[in-house]
Amino acid sequence: MTNAAALTKKDIDHIAGLANLSITDRQSEELVTQLEETVTYVSALQKISTENIPETSQVTNTENVYRKDEIDSERLLSQKDALSGKKQYKGFFVVDAVFDREK
Amino acid sequence: MLFNLSISALAEGIRKKDISILDLVLESFKAVEQCEHRVNALITVIDKEAALTRAKKLQQALTTAASPLYGIPFVMKDAYCTRGVQTTAASNVLAGYIPAYSATVYKRLEDAGAILIGKANMDAWGHGASTENTDFGVTKNPWDMQRSAGGSGGGPAAALACRYCAFAIGEDTGGSIRNPAAWNNVSAMKVTYGRVSRYGAIAYASSLDTVGPTAKTIEDCAFVLETIAGYDPYDATSSRKLVPSYSREIGQSIKGRKIAFPTEFYGKALDHQIRDTIIQARDVFVAQGAIVKDVSLPLLEYGVPMYYILAPSETSSNLGRYDGVRFGSGREFFTKETMRRIMTGTYALSSGYYDAYYKKAQKVRSLFIKEYQELLSQYDAILTPVTPIMPPRFGELLQDPIKNMMADLYTVIVNIVGLPSLALPCGFGSNGLPIGMQLIGPMFSESTLFSLGYAYQEATDWHTKMPNI
Repeated sequence: MTNAAALTKKDIDHIAGLANLSITDRQSEELVTQLEETVTYVSALQKISTENIPETSQVTNTENVYRKDEIDSERLLSQKDALSGKKQYKGFFVVDAVFDREK
Repeated sequence: MLFNLSISALAEGIRKKDISILDLVLESFKAVEQCEHRVNALITVIDKEAALTRAKKLQQALTTAASPLYGIPFVMKDAYCTRGVQTTAASNVLAGYIPAYSATVYKRLEDAGAILIGKANMDAWGHGASTENTDFGVTKNPWDMQRSAGGSGGGPAAALACRYCAFAIGEDTGGSIRNPAAWNNVSAMKVTYGRVSRYGAIAYASSLDTVGPTAKTIEDCAFVLETIAGYDPYDATSSRKLVPSYSREIGQSIKGRKIAFPTEFYGKALDHQIRDTIIQARDVFVAQGAIVKDVSLPLLEYGVPMYYILAPSETSSNLGRYDGVRFGSGREFFTKETMRRIMTGTYALSSGYYDAYYKKAQKVRSLFIKEYQELLSQYDAILTPVTPIMPPRFGELLQDPIKNMMADLYTVIVNIVGLPSLALPCGFGSNGLPIGMQLIGPMFSESTLFSLGYAYQEATDWHTKMPNI
């Protein structure tokens, strides 16, 4: 296992990129310390043996709950409602251009 | 004051027309006008004229078949979509967002005739234990304005302590209903995972999130839960198990009920006044014929580290959808605490670290489930504190991330395992601040927990005390 308390600013910038968060250099430096502290703290789990223990991701004991592939008119939003949260143009969402983005 | 009456007394008064729904709603707004500028429990107050119009309509349409919640004012944590009413999760990312649909829990309450008065303050996205991580100003504790009302649902509990309403709806992912209940001297049920639909609830950590009631008494919580619980086709994780009539089953005798008293929970991390108070509460259960025995739950110390891997991992994924394209604003509006949780979760899920953190925590989750299942196969409930500390002064938790996490010591495991847990008042510290305890039961044992809590409240009067506000 990797040493928990060895994060660099480069690591933080990488994680921020994965999380789609824009952070300043100062925030990044702050986060090195804070994340290291948290990660070191949660690494306490390494003390417990989990050999042959399966993972649990949820507690309902159900899996693959299906519904009929049919349109439920009660769940449909009108186009007007669906667009109500944001600026629109001729019935479309307005978004930032993506093709001239640097990264 | 009408809101000092129980829900059943209010419901009877409404049916007999001794109490007018309009008067109830007016009393809500009067309490809000008197206290809100000092307490800041609400992010949005419903338009008074709209609420009064609804009250008049309900009064006219009143029948003898009306739900016990008919005409009863309530508030909801601002974590639920309410069609036409601003919903923020206390984050500037969603400030101004007006949902185009309603959460199932809200719809059920509206259908029952309950009247929404406000959307309550919280830590943004549920990230916190003090309602300080909010973009809408902190909620002050009505028992001491220098202190936190708890979190993440400090608003709903404080609103209730100030008698803005007869009940509130909270959301509990790691203690967010129970911690504020303890710190505001109100009662609350964190339900079994899946007991209440999460549809329309703004997700924090999907495998841990639960929807539940907060009220003045256990009996009131029972009336609310039987209205909101049950299967919902819009939430595939909601349970198809029948919903018992909690309010009718509440008076069951607790004689012979077995309560486990886990000694690890009463160690040095716990404030000694909280410990002494709960030991007295234990004796109240014994006096009523319950059998209380010391037990061991040795995994306790690993609960918080496990939670602070799993919950941030899930939240980093859930909050990934907020891009400001279809609604809300951009990701630059997340608070520092929320950014920290997203970063921690993204790290724990990232390539090279997934096995060491996320997968490891999921395995430890299995061990916790086994530990609690084994104990609860022999006991009806586990009696523990809700929080290790009294309500902190503002800033105390924010300045110390580890202390902030430790505030969740006794609550997070319950969500990880999926169990129901009832939080209720059990006394006061020498500083005059309220103390709460929790009763954790087997899956879907809400009815038994209610009867234990009800028996306790029949024998004591802590829950009737109000802040001097």
